[in-house]
Amino acid sequence: MLFDYSWWTFFFRWLHVLSGVMWIGHLWYFNFVQIPSMPKIPDEQKPAITKVIAPAALFWFRHGALATVITGLILAYLSGYSGNALKLGFGDDNRKFTAIGFGMWMGLIMAANVWFIIWPKQQQALGLVEATADEKKRAGRIAMLASRTNTMLSIPMLYAMTSTHFY
Amino acid sequence: MKNPLESLGKTVSLGILLTVVMVVLIHVIH
Repeated sequence: MLFDYSWWTFFFRWLHVLSGVMWIGHLWYFNFVQIPSMPKIPDEQKPAITKVIAPAALFWFRHGALATVITGLILAYLSGYSGNALKLGFGDDNRKFTAIGFGMWMGLIMAANVWFIIWPKQQQALGLVEATADEKKRAGRIAMLASRTNTMLSIPMLYAMTSTHFY
Repeated sequence: MKNPLESLGKTVSLGILLTVVMVVLIHVIH
């Protein structure tokens, strides 16, 4: 029934998927489109990416990550398995908790990566905060590697998130 | 030495490999 307990569980699952698409969609845009395209863009046109598109994409990327974590934790709590999943199903003898737990931990690591590594380093690399040329170059490389790490983790993370009905 | 994550193809391959490792781990744990 509308607005009963199972509806709210569904509602937060919907919000979780919406914000997850916002987050991982931008992550894949950075890794599959923007980073590989930068060397092909003439220098005088690069500011269109670094000053306009990248800062806007980073805004929706990092807030998408935050919203995905918040709605995901609420969803796990409403579903009654937050503790079991965070323990990776140890002591429960249930593969569902192990699978969703792996997904949750990878998602949490990825979100921490976004807010504590990628975003601060991108601010330096894009010149949104003060940094020397050397610092900018180094920050850009660290941000790229952290972003690539998240792209790598997104593959098993999404398997874990969507496979629980199979287990 | 160049980090394998600098290549997008290697990143995706590592992600698929990590998925296989995770699936095995899920079955090993239970």
